[in-house]
Amino acid sequence: MRLPETTTPAEGVVAGSTVDYSPPMTQTLTIEQIADAIPDGSLIAIPPDYSGCAMAAVRALIRRQARDLRLVGVPSGGFQADMMIGADCVQSVEAAAMTLGEYGAAPQFVAAFKSGELVMRDATCPAIHAGLQAAEKGIPFLPLRGLIGSDILAHRPDWKLMDNPFSETEDKLVALPAIRPDVALFHAAKADRNGNVWIGVRRELMLMAHAARQTLVTVEEIVDEDLLADPVIAAGTIPGLYITGIAVAQNGAWPVGLPGCYPPDHSHLADYAAMARTEDGFADYLQRHIMPVPAAA
Amino acid sequence: MSDVRREELLISVIADMLQDLNHVAVGALSPIPGAAALLARARSNGRLRVSLLGSQTHNPFTDGGKELFDCAAQGRIDAFFLSGGQIDGQANINLVGVGDYPSLDVRWNGSFGSTYLYFLIPRVILFREEHTPRVFVPEVDFISAPGVSEAGTYRTGGPHALVTGRCVFSFDKEQRRFRLASLHEGESVDSIREMTGFTFDHSEDVPATSLPDKDSLNLLRGRVADEIAETYPEFASRVFG
Repeated sequence: MRLPETTTPAEGVVAGSTVDYSPPMTQTLTIEQIADAIPDGSLIAIPPDYSGCAMAAVRALIRRQARDLRLVGVPSGGFQADMMIGADCVQSVEAAAMTLGEYGAAPQFVAAFKSGELVMRDATCPAIHAGLQAAEKGIPFLPLRGLIGSDILAHRPDWKLMDNPFSETEDKLVALPAIRPDVALFHAAKADRNGNVWIGVRRELMLMAHAARQTLVTVEEIVDEDLLADPVIAAGTIPGLYITGIAVAQNGAWPVGLPGCYPPDHSHLADYAAMARTEDGFADYLQRHIMPVPAAA
Repeated sequence: MSDVRREELLISVIADMLQDLNHVAVGALSPIPGAAALLARARSNGRLRVSLLGSQTHNPFTDGGKELFDCAAQGRIDAFFLSGGQIDGQANINLVGVGDYPSLDVRWNGSFGSTYLYFLIPRVILFREEHTPRVFVPEVDFISAPGVSEAGTYRTGGPHALVTGRCVFSFDKEQRRFRLASLHEGESVDSIREMTGFTFDHSEDVPATSLPDKDSLNLLRGRVADEIAETYPEFASRVFG
């Protein structure tokens, strides 16, 4: 774990709370400190556009000129991956797909893929989930059905055919190696002062946090209440024991939006999809919307 | 068919394939299959369960992105929809690109869950509106998911039919071939042959694709139009006004 020295521990705990997590406590960070805590070359798990994307932190990563990041889309990559690829932050992507959804192909991904600069490890959704589930269980692999006979499997020498050890007849499965990200990075509606993060129904974020060595989260707000106190809320909450650092970023999922909080900024996303089709257009987007350091919250 | 739109015909054709089922799931960016599933539900007196990815109100999943796939592997989903940038005569689908992977001439989005779901959902309906020789090819350049598997490979699911903007094919798993099932208005066996890169079987007299009846059209333009608008507002306003 690499955290900047300037961080301070989360301040105080809720009055009356007896929750006491084993150290280290979750750190309260700034957006720029989140970016600094992700070393070049890190394996980073990121959610798809319809989950909770830490867009403000991604812009900070681009500003700090992160390099050689290895992205894992859980299970696919969208705007945040395309922006980081276009800004030369990314060495490889493992994902079931790269897409801007209703805005079409991910243009910077397509350009980098075709130029050969980017290593694409084509996968399928449940294989990414299985790799993360193996990591969360602390085991080397999980087997899956399907996949056999596809060119996806043919191009993944790291995926192995295995025999069902419980079958008396021949029964092949595909073993998917554990995916243990260095960092899970995402955005959520709120956290509390113990580092618990509420994600509601977006449980792929829970899976990412369970699997990753460290989890860095941006949130709309840090609340005084204990998110584990009410079982209705606790059921959709990642315990602070998995969370390395939290930064407050209001509107932090802009422009892709945060389900249940605010919608996608459709006109901005359409602008990005159009501008990113050319190198000049992408450079223009970068200068206008990513490089300016936002005013401190 | 003067007053039936092309989209309404396709929705109705697909809905007819879902009538006797318990649970239909629909992936992202699939307004016509989504509307078809909702029409089938409206006609089933509430028996059919529909899970629409991307919808807030018609999406029951609470265990994250993996739940759809776990459901499929257990046999809890009866029908699903897949498409392809290329689809060949053995029902192999390609969602990755054109050319010799990885140095592709054209790169598409990727395979998503097809590499898994095609094996595990009994009735997979292939849907591709563009019916041209560049889509329906003799052999796909990349197999995102194979249409058929060798004996001994665990497979409870696979292709059921291929619905296009020109016709409907059924798929014969024994013969590993498509068979022309019906022709949309204005098409003939010859016109289909001309626009299809793979060979297929057909009878002497291929029927016309059935039009939706009055009750179905009323349901489609009323209740289903309202329901699909929640997930696909632009599609709903374009097709249903």
